[in-house]
Amino acid sequence: MLFTGGCNVNSSLMPQFSCHDDPVTPLRLLEPSGALVAGAVSPLDDEQLLRALRLMMLSRAFDAKGISLQRQGRFGTFSPVHGQEASVVGSAFALDPSCDWIVPQYRELPALLHQGLPLEQFILYFNGHPDGGKIPDGVRLFPIQISLGAQLPQAVGLAWGLHLQKIDGVVLTYFGDGASSEGDFHEACNLAGVVRAPVVFFLQNNGWAISTPRSRQSAARTLAERAPGYGFSGVVVDGNDLFAVYAVTAAAVERARAGLGPTLIESLTYRLGAHNTADDPTRYISQEILDSWSDRDPILRVQRYLAARGVWNDDTASEFRDDISGTIDQALAAARATPPPAAEDLFRHTYAQLTERQARQLREYAL
Amino acid sequence: MSQMNMLEAIRDALGTEMAADERVILLGQDIGKFGGIFRATDGLFAKFGDKRVIDMPLAEGAIIGSALGLALSGLRPVAEIQFLGFAQQAFHQIVPQVARMRYRSRGRFAASMVIRAPFGGGVRTPELHSDAIESQFAQAQGLKVVAPSNPYDAKGMLLSAIRDPDPVLFCEPLHGYRFIKGEVPSSPYMVDIGKANVVRVGSDVTLFAWSASVDLAMRAAEVLSTEGVSSHVVDIRSLLPLDVDSIVGAAEKTGRCVIIHEASLTGGFGAEIAATISRDAFYSLQAPIERVTAPDAPYPLGAAEQMFIPSVERVVAAVRRTLEVQ
Repeated sequence: MLFTGGCNVNSSLMPQFSCHDDPVTPLRLLEPSGALVAGAVSPLDDEQLLRALRLMMLSRAFDAKGISLQRQGRFGTFSPVHGQEASVVGSAFALDPSCDWIVPQYRELPALLHQGLPLEQFILYFNGHPDGGKIPDGVRLFPIQISLGAQLPQAVGLAWGLHLQKIDGVVLTYFGDGASSEGDFHEACNLAGVVRAPVVFFLQNNGWAISTPRSRQSAARTLAERAPGYGFSGVVVDGNDLFAVYAVTAAAVERARAGLGPTLIESLTYRLGAHNTADDPTRYISQEILDSWSDRDPILRVQRYLAARGVWNDDTASEFRDDISGTIDQALAAARATPPPAAEDLFRHTYAQLTERQARQLREYAL
Repeated sequence: MSQMNMLEAIRDALGTEMAADERVILLGQDIGKFGGIFRATDGLFAKFGDKRVIDMPLAEGAIIGSALGLALSGLRPVAEIQFLGFAQQAFHQIVPQVARMRYRSRGRFAASMVIRAPFGGGVRTPELHSDAIESQFAQAQGLKVVAPSNPYDAKGMLLSAIRDPDPVLFCEPLHGYRFIKGEVPSSPYMVDIGKANVVRVGSDVTLFAWSASVDLAMRAAEVLSTEGVSSHVVDIRSLLPLDVDSIVGAAEKTGRCVIIHEASLTGGFGAEIAATISRDAFYSLQAPIERVTAPDAPYPLGAAEQMFIPSVERVVAAVRRTLEVQ
């Protein structure tokens, strides 16, 4: 009902004070049962799907391993991807690592691996080794971002800079529903719209910012619909559907590459694990909700699809598990073999060269 | 060589480096056709176009955050923030992001960029425009913080800053933009970042200052010379990195030190200089180190600012106090 209070004017001249409240259906191509939605086709072939599945399973296995090691005091505080694997892998697969960039937050391990970061590097970082932040030369990836939202204007600048220099490349940046409340989100989207930066804002709405639910972040019906306010498109996708995430991201990347500017993708997923290893989600999430999302498990969905096509069975599953477990053990061993940090590592890379004061302070460590 | 004021020297440096290096781009509010609110970029839009002299949305965080991304894409951004007080709106990008990018990426990425901003009082600005908050940035390891006091240094240090592999916060003296003048070579030259400069040689007392306070120190030195007091004046020029050896040497020369700055006393950068002298020149000191600063209060509205910022009278009084100690 229209509010008709206020001053005495002809109400038919007044604008309508309203906003959208009808429900939005996210794009879905693959049902939780593993069946394609009527009329849909898979945007990835079986070989690509098996590679994506391996990465999703690697991520899930690493989460379990990392939590176990953390509980034993052999790994630092980290944030598992558990539940969001399709969202992360589907989006990363839409990029060409030989020219496109990822500007991450911190809950996107498989995307970083796909982009070319060695797993042992990620392990080193969460083991607290300063050199864990090193991005190998040639890998188009920013360091993990801890200050939520701060990566967003940086991603816009990077994309805009590539565009200004006529360098082929699209930038995809990850963030969450919580980070979308930061001022940097607004400033970044606003600037991206103005300069038509070739950037994809990939918002993983996993329902929670530690213990704060999505409903406390924004009164907007969807987070994606903020995009038109900045002059570009926002779309909502089933974040547990690898096919839909890939298809939507690939379209956004293609648009950016063609000079059509930014896109905001809201990937509706769910954090099945904890915020991080210091969190206790049983204090604020009920088991019933977790169970309902477990039925929509992104990995099971792809496995069911592939099983129906005859390319996935118990034998392939066990092969994958063994291969993944070997990969993780190898990376853990490589990380363990890295020498511990020295006093020099405290100062190194602060500036291109040590300042005189730093050099003096470093000498004091040797005394 | 020609006579220039601070703004002309800064504009000359920007134009020089933009002509020499096509990677250099300017970002800021109102810097294009308008030439910047102080005209620091006047004429550069016409010469280099809207792809290199870029008017930005009114968002300091986006200016600095995107400049960091632009730098990593291979460009050399020089961002203008209209007043250093407004850099608080981008503090979260400058200190934890720009300053640390090299360190966090272990040398893979260098934030080679410059942030220019005027600061300091004396021109009766509205609130927040005059705040001298340079010491807040001097804790940002990975950032360089400089504050030239004269046109020669402004041009030479800005050229050095743009070519520097590390990010530089380039603080400009708002009060002296037009009245501080000096001879500036027309050809390019560099003034090293991280080096203090003796601007007046003396033997009785050492005055330490930077930016607009150097002019104040020089005027105080003139007054003192009529009383037979010989002042040694050091222009700190670079807060981070700090030229410890020059500061200690200048303190030892007279054993009596007065530090001048426009920020409030508590936590001001003078504390860092005083502590450095106390530690490294302790046995040469003849008197307690004096600091002439703003009081511990917020920057006031214009009608009260002359009581707030350091004056020649307060500097002269502080020097007399140090000379009284036998």
